[in-house]
Amino acid sequence: MKVFTCLKETPSRDTRYELSPDSSWIGNAEVTHEISECDEYALEEALKLKEQHQGEVVLLTAGRAESEKSMRKGLAMGADRGVLILDRERELSSPYRVAAALEKVLQDQEYDLILTGTQSDDYGYAQTGPMLAQLLGLPHATIVMQIQVQEDRGSVRALREMESGWFEWVEIPLPAVLTIQAGISQIRYATLRGIMQARRKEIRKIELGGLGLDLSSMPHLEIERLYFPEQTSKAEMIEGTPDEIASTLVDRLRREAKVL
Amino acid sequence: MKSPRRWWTGSGERQKSCNPPDCGGEAMMGEIYVLLDHSKGRVDTLSRETLALAQQLGRAHGLGVKALLLCGPSRSAAENVAGLQVDEVLVASHQRLEQYDPDAHCHALTRILAQDRPLAFLMGHSYQNIDLAPKLAASLKCGLVTDCIGCRIDGESMVFVRQMFRNRINADVRVRSPHPWIATLQSGAGAGNDLLEGSSPVVERTVDLSGLAHRRTVVETVGAVKEKVDLAKADMIVAAGRGIKRKENLRLLEELAEVLGAELGASRAAVDSEWLERDRQIGSSGQSVAPRLYIACGISGAIQHVVGMRNSANVVAINTDPDAPIFNLAHYGIVGDLMEIVPALTRKLREEKGR
Ligand SMILES: Cc1cc2nc3c(=O)[nH]c(=O)nc-3n(C[C@H](O)[C@H](O)[C@H](O)COP(=O)(O)OP(=O)(O)OC[C@H]3O[C@@H](n4cnc5c(N)ncnc54)[C@H](O)[C@@H]3O)c2cc1C
Repeated sequence: MKVFTCLKETPSRDTRYELSPDSSWIGNAEVTHEISECDEYALEEALKLKEQHQGEVVLLTAGRAESEKSMRKGLAMGADRGVLILDRERELSSPYRVAAALEKVLQDQEYDLILTGTQSDDYGYAQTGPMLAQLLGLPHATIVMQIQVQEDRGSVRALREMESGWFEWVEIPLPAVLTIQAGISQIRYATLRGIMQARRKEIRKIELGGLGLDLSSMPHLEIERLYFPEQTSKAEMIEGTPDEIASTLVDRLRREAKVL
Repeated sequence: MKSPRRWWTGSGERQKSCNPPDCGGEAMMGEIYVLLDHSKGRVDTLSRETLALAQQLGRAHGLGVKALLLCGPSRSAAENVAGLQVDEVLVASHQRLEQYDPDAHCHALTRILAQDRPLAFLMGHSYQNIDLAPKLAASLKCGLVTDCIGCRIDGESMVFVRQMFRNRINADVRVRSPHPWIATLQSGAGAGNDLLEGSSPVVERTVDLSGLAHRRTVVETVGAVKEKVDLAKADMIVAAGRGIKRKENLRLLEELAEVLGAELGASRAAVDSEWLERDRQIGSSGQSVAPRLYIACGISGAIQHVVGMRNSANVVAINTDPDAPIFNLAHYGIVGDLMEIVPALTRKLREEKGR
């Protein structure tokens, strides 16, 4: 089994965001980054598949040069090597363009399975995986909670999440693209040994400009403005010490809401 | 492209003044197409909401609106859509469209949309369309904005509103691509718009899906976890989110629930952390509830959670972050540490009971 797992670096999940002066992007000067949540689960699934079926796990990232740090973490968790498409000017800000860049790199690679996260922690468009599949001409399944590779049948079964607590098992032929949902397993920690080994593992760097993509001919999503959701709160805010709050709330629930 | 007014700029730069010379900021022209999803012969609520939004945009801006339905040969759903106020209902039926199959659905839609090139193609943000829309957008090489909470027409272009950065920040997004601009709309995006009934011609569209390989097979549909607890009927719910931080802290919520006679509920983050069973999850991939009292403890209020609990009669939110979106729908808000507030509340209620 050779698995490519796409890994994106995004602002840490506890970031308190600020906006840039022109509101076109986030403005925090010093945001720490980490592997986007779903992508980390995708990596975990890839590593489990390698344990079950042998083979190789390759990290594929498009991002800033600093993304190497997150990739090293992935290598420390157990991935074998990485490919980093260097997007220095943030030109890959639309899903189609990201998918096209990934496709270009994957064209001359061998693989059985490509995993991505269902949705990223920054834009959260949830498009890269299925778009990549379409560009590569591969079948796909999204919002995957469980994977069973059927090596003898040359296929993969994926448990897809659906509305209202329903799920479906679908089967598609390999090679295929799956997008992995967060929270489906426990993510392993990197061991000290893993961290040591990761330093020596290869990360091949490719300049985006060198891929020969005509980005300007591709669909683009232009973010015109970012803003914090309007506080439409009509809530009565209850203040005081915990005991005062408790008294006021109980009073309101009894007299106003009449639920007690 | 059919109309000279349809333009796009492929450039990634932010440009406000990109009116092409021949349209000079005039109003848009064209049609909005809406996909009607259906099950058991009935068009689903989300599609109806999406269509209502399109009708409203169409009326306000003089745009045509057409509904598009893909179905199997029995066409049972097609019988129910003639009563909509749209210019046309386009129906494509084929054996391969009986059940959702990304290849067949994408192929059929690509054919129809590439031929008609409507201005925009709107779909509900359902699990099915999350799977389908990006594939379709790549197939058409058109731009797609997913999970929109709003959509408006602004001069010669459309603005799609969606949340980013884990729902903390809203973004106005414009699509720079050939038409149609594709969007999936979240439930509530067209809030308040009533679907207009009327009569509309049903137009048959033939799609050739012969020779299309069969790649995805649905092996089994697994029912929701046997719901030991039916939260839908709960009178009161105390719900735990990631903010409870550790499983041991659940005890605090259990005590509150006990004195109230309430059920325990959970956000997905709390369930994923294995603090509570999956059958207590509330939200788009869990249960939908409508108790008289809902106390959200350490829950941020992500849309996927909110859709499952927003019909609660009274919502109390306890959260350390004053900007948490849960306060937007709460009736009573408490900015504070649940570790202190919840026990105080339990004490107070016990005290009153003892009296
Ligand atoms: C396809 C899909 C389906 C989904 N389905 C669901 C679903 O059905 N249900 C669901 O809930 N989610 C669902 N989600 C996930 C959803 O997007 C959110 O990630 C999730 O709801 C977040 O849960 P949370 O609010 O508990 O955690 P967080 O968003 O991490 O919020 C934790 C909150 O706790 C607060 N907090 C921290 N410490 C304290 C303290 N000491 N006292 C008080 N407050 C504190 C924080 O300020 C924060 O607001 C789905 C996501 C996807 C992509």
